[in-house]
Amino acid sequence: MPALLAWFVVAMVVVGLFSTAFKPDIGILEAPQLALCLVLLAILGVRYELGFMRNWIGDLALGVVAALAASLLISAAGRHEGDAALGFWALTAATWAAFWLFVERLAIWKSRSLLTTRIVNLAIPAIFGITLLILWELIVTGAGVPKVLLPAPSEIWLRMTTSVPTLWADFQQTFLKAVLVGFALGCGAGFLIAILVDRVPFLRRGLLPIGNLVSALPIIGVAPIMVMWFGFDWPSKAAVVIIMTFFPMLVNTVSGLAASDAMQRDLMRTYASNYWQTLFKLRLPMAMPFIFNALKINSTLALIGAIVAEFFGTPIVGMGFRISTEVGRMNVDMVWAEIAVAALAGSLFYGLVALLERAVTFWHPSIRG
Amino acid sequence: MLTAAEIEDGLEDAMSSQANRVIDIDNLSLTFETNDGPVHALSDIDLKIEEGDFVSFIGPSGCGKTTLLRVIADLEQPTAGSITVNGVSPEQARINRAYGYVFQAAALYPWRTIAKNVALPLEIMGLSREEQQQRIQKNMELVNLAGFENKYPWQLSGGMQQRASIARALAVEPDLLLMDEPFGALDEIVRDHLNEQLLQLWAKTNKTVVFVTHSIPEAVFLSTKIVVLCPRPGRIYDVIESDLPRDRNLDIRETPEFLKIAHRVREGLKAGHSYED
Repeated sequence: MPALLAWFVVAMVVVGLFSTAFKPDIGILEAPQLALCLVLLAILGVRYELGFMRNWIGDLALGVVAALAASLLISAAGRHEGDAALGFWALTAATWAAFWLFVERLAIWKSRSLLTTRIVNLAIPAIFGITLLILWELIVTGAGVPKVLLPAPSEIWLRMTTSVPTLWADFQQTFLKAVLVGFALGCGAGFLIAILVDRVPFLRRGLLPIGNLVSALPIIGVAPIMVMWFGFDWPSKAAVVIIMTFFPMLVNTVSGLAASDAMQRDLMRTYASNYWQTLFKLRLPMAMPFIFNALKINSTLALIGAIVAEFFGTPIVGMGFRISTEVGRMNVDMVWAEIAVAALAGSLFYGLVALLERAVTFWHPSIRG
Repeated sequence: MLTAAEIEDGLEDAMSSQANRVIDIDNLSLTFETNDGPVHALSDIDLKIEEGDFVSFIGPSGCGKTTLLRVIADLEQPTAGSITVNGVSPEQARINRAYGYVFQAAALYPWRTIAKNVALPLEIMGLSREEQQQRIQKNMELVNLAGFENKYPWQLSGGMQQRASIARALAVEPDLLLMDEPFGALDEIVRDHLNEQLLQLWAKTNKTVVFVTHSIPEAVFLSTKIVVLCPRPGRIYDVIESDLPRDRNLDIRETPEFLKIAHRVREGLKAGHSYED
């Protein structure tokens, strides 16, 4: 497979160098730096097959040259927007294949140092993501895709860097206020009610079905009602988030509290352990994997809930508000900027919860490995 | 099948407290109500256990040997008859933390280290940190687990886990140890080894042990008194007082005395079974 990929790089570079790159009649040979870079890329790509530099220096050189070629290619595409021809597409394919080759070499790297291993483990998904962005950039600029349909990553990035105050204000309003408050209250309430439900049998019959019903309510129906109840500002969004996060937490905690087996409960009984001692020393630790499942589900649900809720009345700030108005004004790059912020914040939030989970439920077979 | 001495015992007032009587069971029955009608798990059980005894319950599965142990531990409620543990009701004995119970599986909590697992009952009893620390150390040494304090249960072998669970039961410092097939899941080499260690422990601490097993050699090797039970309804078929010396090692299993007792147990199990068919 790597050999095939390496020869593919060579073939694409050859096609790219000797055919029209941009309409009407511009070849890559007119940009000597780029041409040199691509030749180097082709040679480095097949060096395993040709039998030289079969080591990590060669691998790194391949990565560096691929990055250089990509950036030169992007700036060339910027000068000839929408004029891409066969040669350009061939070179795009060559760059993509070169990155693939690089990641594949990286993935089989063996290092004795823990730090290097960790860096490589982080680098692989990062390079993969960057490759996707580069492809996106090359295709959108090369083919001249209209901005309204899909802006290039560079344009989104430009919009993000020039609108930091707006994005920060929206992030504050939606994430730091509505999402975090709603998440904390929704999960907290779900947890406490679960303990109550577990303690009082009739609540299990009465409250669980009602909780189920509430979770089945459509968010686009609930959100306007919450706006009427709690006003335009973030508390109404937090209320929507509470409704969305409450039930997953309730159900998961209730099943988690039932997760201890008969022998473990008998053990506590032989110690004449009281209700609270059994709860804190046996049942809650046992329930932790379930509780963290709920927290992870809720971490992404909360953000979606808050953003969607802002479509139904909000002050003139907030991620959902910004998305709905900027779509109307055809400022799609701003919409994408908000999406990027939301994706980043959501992933970080989820990652934080997952890290905490690893620390708390280290003993669980799914984590201790 | 009851000896004359035991019939005499049975006639005594159940409430009379004898200084060295740990468990006194009179006419005890337990019936589970199930969808398929009542199941007579225990029927007319009479049994006295004295201080320092090592008593084994042996019988085929379904004979009620575990249920009887659970009745002593107040984990099941009898439906008829009377039982006292240390002269009080099983519930009161449980609340007094009069016994340590070792289950079929180690039932260690995976989020606690071995030392913290041993500390679990001590935390519930509300002992001071120094007292906890001292008891952990003492009992870990007693079961030869010193040095494994900071390991997690899933990092130890099955035999070590079961030893940790014995240390946990001993840490309560009960005079009575209830053990429900504690070595049932272990291979024979480990089991022999742990049997020997258990005997040494019993000799050192002079506790009363009630031990459930389905292994004849294990029962004969360990016990001063072997109670043979048979199923449907669960009842006592034979009580064998062992005259083997208290100070014994694994070699005793080759002696004629040992084989004689083992033979009697086997006959009892056979007879109890064929009664059914």
